[in-house]
Amino acid sequence: MQTTPTQVQPLPAEPTSASANPPSAPPPPGRSAGQQKLIKFASDYSIILIFLVLFVVLSFNVEYFFSFTNMKGLALSVSQIGMVACTMMFCLASRDFDLSVGSTIAFAGVLCAMIINSTGSIVLGVGGSLLAGAAIGLFNGFTIAKLRINALIATLVTMGAVRGLGFIASHGQAVGISNEAFFNLGNNDLFGMPIPVLFWIGCVVVFGVMLNKTVYGRNTLAIGGNPDAARLAGVAVDRTRIYIFLIQGVVTALAGIILASRITSGQPNAGQGFELDVIAACVLGGVSLAGGRATISGVVVGVLIMGMVQNAMNLKNIDAFYQYEVRAAILFVAVLIDQLKNRGKTS
Amino acid sequence: MSHFLEFRSITKTFPGVKALSDVSFAVDRGQVHGLLGENGAGKSTLLKILGGEYIPDGGQVMLDGTERHFTRSRDSIDAGIAIIHQELQYVPELTVMENLLLGHLPTRFGFVRRGEAIRWTRDNLQRLGVDIDPLARLIDLSIGQRQMVEICKAVLRDATVIALDEPTSSLSHRESEILFRMIRDLKARGKALIYISHRLEEIFELCDGCTIFRDGRKVAEHHDLSQITRDQLVQGMVGREIKDIFDYKPRALGEVAMTVQNLSGKKVPTPATFSVRKGEILGFFGLVGAGRSELMRLIYGADVRATGTVELDGIKGNITSISQAIHSGLVLCPEDRKQEGIVPGRSVSENINISCRRHYRRAHFFVNDSAEAGTAEGYIKLLRIKTPSRHQEIRFLSGGNQQKAILARWLAEQDLRVLIIDEPTRGIDVGAKNEIYQVLYGLAEKGVAVIMVSSELPEVLGVSDRIITMCQGRITGELNRTDANERNVLTLALPVSAPTPAAAPVTA
Repeated sequence: MQTTPTQVQPLPAEPTSASANPPSAPPPPGRSAGQQKLIKFASDYSIILIFLVLFVVLSFNVEYFFSFTNMKGLALSVSQIGMVACTMMFCLASRDFDLSVGSTIAFAGVLCAMIINSTGSIVLGVGGSLLAGAAIGLFNGFTIAKLRINALIATLVTMGAVRGLGFIASHGQAVGISNEAFFNLGNNDLFGMPIPVLFWIGCVVVFGVMLNKTVYGRNTLAIGGNPDAARLAGVAVDRTRIYIFLIQGVVTALAGIILASRITSGQPNAGQGFELDVIAACVLGGVSLAGGRATISGVVVGVLIMGMVQNAMNLKNIDAFYQYEVRAAILFVAVLIDQLKNRGKTS
Repeated sequence: MSHFLEFRSITKTFPGVKALSDVSFAVDRGQVHGLLGENGAGKSTLLKILGGEYIPDGGQVMLDGTERHFTRSRDSIDAGIAIIHQELQYVPELTVMENLLLGHLPTRFGFVRRGEAIRWTRDNLQRLGVDIDPLARLIDLSIGQRQMVEICKAVLRDATVIALDEPTSSLSHRESEILFRMIRDLKARGKALIYISHRLEEIFELCDGCTIFRDGRKVAEHHDLSQITRDQLVQGMVGREIKDIFDYKPRALGEVAMTVQNLSGKKVPTPATFSVRKGEILGFFGLVGAGRSELMRLIYGADVRATGTVELDGIKGNITSISQAIHSGLVLCPEDRKQEGIVPGRSVSENINISCRRHYRRAHFFVNDSAEAGTAEGYIKLLRIKTPSRHQEIRFLSGGNQQKAILARWLAEQDLRVLIIDEPTRGIDVGAKNEIYQVLYGLAEKGVAVIMVSSELPEVLGVSDRIITMCQGRITGELNRTDANERNVLTLALPVSAPTPAAAPVTA
């Protein structure tokens, strides 16, 4: 099936003079091309600009903020959110939703801890946990794509069910892990970086490439942009959606395993509200809830902003209760900016 | 002398299309004014301006002597204007009563006074001569009955201006009679009515005057229809020589490319059988709702089939799914470009490459950017798609250029055998129309079988080698190009119960 890539099949009806092509269509009236470009640049990268400004402001105003140790700590604190945000990006880009990730984080940690404790094998623990994550994701994907149940409802169901499973398996107690070798995963450095942060970076690279350079990524965006058109254009819509959730389940389980390693136990209570943090970070990063729009750089920046603000507030000793308010305010402002930005576009 | 409702020099432009230019006409109380014209002539645009859905670029809308600016549909409704669109606007899950009283159900302390509401609805329906159960849910009624409810809504709202956009297209003969009686009654009560229809005998029967549109311009206005013949109206609507824009040249046809046998589904209850030959352009004609698009979707594997097979020459077995169809060289350009064709927020290049990229992908997984850029640039040039660059989001392109991009999507398929194109030129201006016909001819020259579904009779007559007509989910006839004319194609496409078959209505 390979052909010369640039070949375009000629038609007899080819217009006679190719040179007589009109130059490109004029830009919409009112703004010069240069202005248009500037506006487009500012609106495409507005969140990155906000991030940079915030970073500079915090660096000058918050003591200890701008230090390598603090940066490392900051990255570590958001590494799980960052990993899951990468796959949540696909989910949102395809116009879907996943509320079950918080529960999956907890269940994966508990399950991993229990398998390690009973078999002594880290490999089995991690493998079993990942498998469970895959099963949860597959269930989500199947109910949403094939049974056509609304993603909000479908993942609300798994959110409850999986959280319950974690409690049942652990009898509601934290499961301490007996094999100390397992703690290396979450608490050691490699190449001067905490391992969880490396996992996050790995996810960013892999899913960034997947979004932009693969048929899977392009199909995801097409489905989010117009599912009916994508289907009629031959995109395997159902299969793609199932993959999106399947991959999300596996990555979330991996994040749960790393979290269990960091806190040296499987906590059935872990990750409450995690799903909303992840979605918030994605939205902050310019991923459209209406689907079809996502960038990996935006998602990374969204996660970093969330982490940075929290980190700065901790350094400033701001009461944790107020941190909720600040984070809510940031999310609100970011979404508001996005909304205002899009309002100009829909003409 | 001032008229009750008057349009003065209305102009409206969409990107790439001048929908209305300098259109003026007036309607007075107690009058029914007909609007005539081909599809895309600007009639519906005018109604949307009256309804506050579009804001005109120039001109004035005068109501009862004062200029009005309708910027939202609410403005128009408040001014006493009711518009009954072809696509009806109701809540299907609610009952007739609730739809009629939506927004002002009688209440006491916040609770609905159900008994009173039912009585009110029943009395009013009876008064209007409509025999529908107030407690039936709209979803359970026929399309015709739903239309009656919609009209009742306008009447009961006490609108002073009522505009009807092809109200009889889905009504039975008896339902049409009831509608006409209602219209005459409204006229007698001093309402100003605007009536759009393709059925000329309805215009003669109901209207006091009429205005004829063509390509967004007013070409004629008649105030006394008794002096006018049917042919004069048709002449005004069609105007130009049909052959000009169609530019048809005979072609040699090849063997059978696709055979459809006993194909049926939910909206095509009667099994359909036909075949199309290589190099042939097969036109499918029928009124709105005749089941043409539904049949095409069944062929393409997009909807669930009840019975039947689709076989392509040289490909083994029955085509049953979209991906199988595309892989076998059977493709579909859908009817509703916006809903089913384009992915609006993605680039022109993405929209072109969405399917054919599987030919270029690397390791079955990675897209080949340079190949895709080449394909996109090649077709942008070849089809003269007007876009600043291939990166432009497709939603900013005009309808004609979007259609070309979707055509490019399928032209880029390497082994194209059958192209189904549903309403190829809907909402597209004349220049781009001709370019699209040229593409279709070019494909046919290469031996591709083209199936063209269209509601525009001149287009079907002008482009097709052979015409199949459909009506009420059934294939009703087949005519060769040489035998086909407006009259016999329309006769085959009209329901048998249509009013007064002696004077065949014209859909132009």
